[in-house]
Amino acid sequence: MAQQVALERHRHVFQVNWLDSEWIRRDDEGSAMCMSMSKQGVQGLSVTLQSGLSWARAPAAVLNFNCMLILLPVCRNLLSLIRGNFTCCGRSLRKQLDKNLTFHKLVAYMIALMTAVHTIAHLFNMERFNNSRQGKGDELSTELSELGDEANQTFLNPIRSTSTTPTYVVFTTIAGLTGVIITLALILMITSSMEIIRRCYFEVFWYTHHLFIIFFAGLVFHGAGRIVRSVKTTDPPHNISFCEDQPANWGLIPQCPIPQFAGGFPQTWMWVIGPMVLYLCERIVRFVRYMQTVTYRKIVIRPSKVLELQLVKAGFKMEVGQYVFLNCPDISQLEWHPFTMTSAPEEDFFSVHIRVVGDWTEKLMSMAMACAKIEVPLPHFRIGVDGPFGTASEDVFDYEVSMLVGCGIGVTPFASILKSIWYKFKESNPTLRTRKIYFYWLCRETHAFEWFADLLQVLEREMEERGMGSFLTYKLFLTGWDQSHAAHVKVHFDKDTDVVTGLKQKTYYGRPHWDNEFTEIRNNHPTSVVGTFLCGPEALAKTLEKKCAKFSVVDPRGIKFYFNKENF
Amino acid sequence: MGKIEWAMWANEQALASGLILLTGGIVGVAGQFAGWQFAAYGVAAGVFVCLLEYPRGRRAKGTSVERTGQYCLTVCVKAFGPITRNYYVRAFLHAALCVPGGFMLATVLGCVCLGIASLIYLLAAIRGEQWLPILPKTETREKPRESIKEPPQNPPPRPPADLRRKRLEDVEGAAYVNPIPVTGSED
Repeated sequence: MAQQVALERHRHVFQVNWLDSEWIRRDDEGSAMCMSMSKQGVQGLSVTLQSGLSWARAPAAVLNFNCMLILLPVCRNLLSLIRGNFTCCGRSLRKQLDKNLTFHKLVAYMIALMTAVHTIAHLFNMERFNNSRQGKGDELSTELSELGDEANQTFLNPIRSTSTTPTYVVFTTIAGLTGVIITLALILMITSSMEIIRRCYFEVFWYTHHLFIIFFAGLVFHGAGRIVRSVKTTDPPHNISFCEDQPANWGLIPQCPIPQFAGGFPQTWMWVIGPMVLYLCERIVRFVRYMQTVTYRKIVIRPSKVLELQLVKAGFKMEVGQYVFLNCPDISQLEWHPFTMTSAPEEDFFSVHIRVVGDWTEKLMSMAMACAKIEVPLPHFRIGVDGPFGTASEDVFDYEVSMLVGCGIGVTPFASILKSIWYKFKESNPTLRTRKIYFYWLCRETHAFEWFADLLQVLEREMEERGMGSFLTYKLFLTGWDQSHAAHVKVHFDKDTDVVTGLKQKTYYGRPHWDNEFTEIRNNHPTSVVGTFLCGPEALAKTLEKKCAKFSVVDPRGIKFYFNKENF
Repeated sequence: MGKIEWAMWANEQALASGLILLTGGIVGVAGQFAGWQFAAYGVAAGVFVCLLEYPRGRRAKGTSVERTGQYCLTVCVKAFGPITRNYYVRAFLHAALCVPGGFMLATVLGCVCLGIASLIYLLAAIRGEQWLPILPKTETREKPRESIKEPPQNPPPRPPADLRRKRLEDVEGAAYVNPIPVTGSED
């Protein structure tokens, strides 16, 4: 409970801090504008452009910051490295790194919003510059805009021609042209990242998203034209407050020499160069990992269109509950699909159970079946592995009594966990404090999970052989039963093993009655610390959290339930 | 991955372009920029494109997700029949609509985006895609299947009554084979 609160608090603190920094940057830039308007700085510009200047500069500052941030959450290998090395820091802090894609999207929305504000401000700026140049503004603006027409003068207004349009100016300056190009790239990236395009036509999203290369290239050169001009100190200095009322006298009286201007040094590259280098390293690492040899140890075709791949890769180290990305060049060069690993770290290989749900998995299955037909011992098609990623759930080993709840597809990481616990128990590994496991498996139907039932059978058998039958208690709840199920069960009531799973433990129908379950555990272990782990829907998480709180006893010698929701 | 339906992306791009054209137009009119008439056009064109593109079409393969509250517009767009169904028409329409936007800075971005959307629609049209409305399926109720729990309507088939009458004088001859096999209940 406390952990959950801490986790959520960290996430909100992180987001609030980020938003705060956005506002601070905007405030800073805005107040810097105000201050500099009263100093020598960009007063010339502010006269011509009025508030349009601040409205453009403030989002630009925010954009610098966000464009720096946007590349970082997608460097998954870098994040894994940080997560692995920061084991000293709290787990909840490390969990923030799991929300990387959400953060990437948030930053992207901010970039889109700031781009919009920046562009609109510049629309006004261009219009005002043009008006001032053509003498449609006040006398001071016109005078300022005329500076640079004669020799020995530096210009303030970037529009030098008196008979041009803002559109022409924009497309003939570096800043304008790069601005239009990168905004276009941004729009294309955003429209192709919409949920429906990402989920259904991933290639469109992936290819178009590489426009970010154009985006960053244009962004770095956006300020190269040094179009934003600020006042340079002259000798004697130009007294702004005295001279602004008499522009006609500039150059004629000693207090008002012709002011000189120079363009500002481009700064965006300083913000984005670091993350660009990091991202380049990330892509190199991914490529290197892709090129590493992965050998097949075994492939098994399971019932209900599930394919088990047992793979071996040199130097591969995993923890329980982690996932890998798989790529098969024979199917698609681009697609990398995540799969939770179902093997334990103690084994000398790692395995994934792949269920056929879409094009890629279907092709993989058909290639595997083709190999099986021609009776080739191991497949010939190459497979690339990137990973492992994900928060390791080592906490499961810390509790004396573990209550594991897996719903539907959420049962997959528990395969890894159960196997690992069993290995550790057999070897009497001192890191394992668990003495008893209660495993609850909830699913609508066991279709596609027969392999997990097989795993439980194997564990059940091994435990019986060692006389440790009481180590694991599991209950399977079929929540999607119907009349035919019931009829089937009625007919086979007297059989020793369950009709659905073949396990000794009989299947329950319907949802578990959590009060009963918690009461049973409390009665069996009145003084233990119980860790509850869930991989399943939010609604169930809330229910279990409440039950954990309800059944924990205040007495320090009594039973305590701790709830952990894992995002595998 | 399967076949890519370009029209889906074209639709997102066109909707975004409509919004950008509209925003640029509002800025141009509000700021009274030179050439603000083009901005006014941008507002009108932007609104039109948004209304046309808001209802998402049905995917040829897979489940379609509709946008919030798009039903009314779906009905309106569907009413135009082949004009809105055909993506060639949309491609040329967007190409034509985007041109006046290029004459003013505020609407030039909307113009380019709409042009790109028009190109993607052209690609979709060449690949034979078309706009089909997402309409709620009318549920056809299945006739309730015959339940075996209903009591039988007819008596079981038996030979006529006079044959069944016990004929003590000819027990052998009175025996008959049941047309339908009967198993006794084993209790």
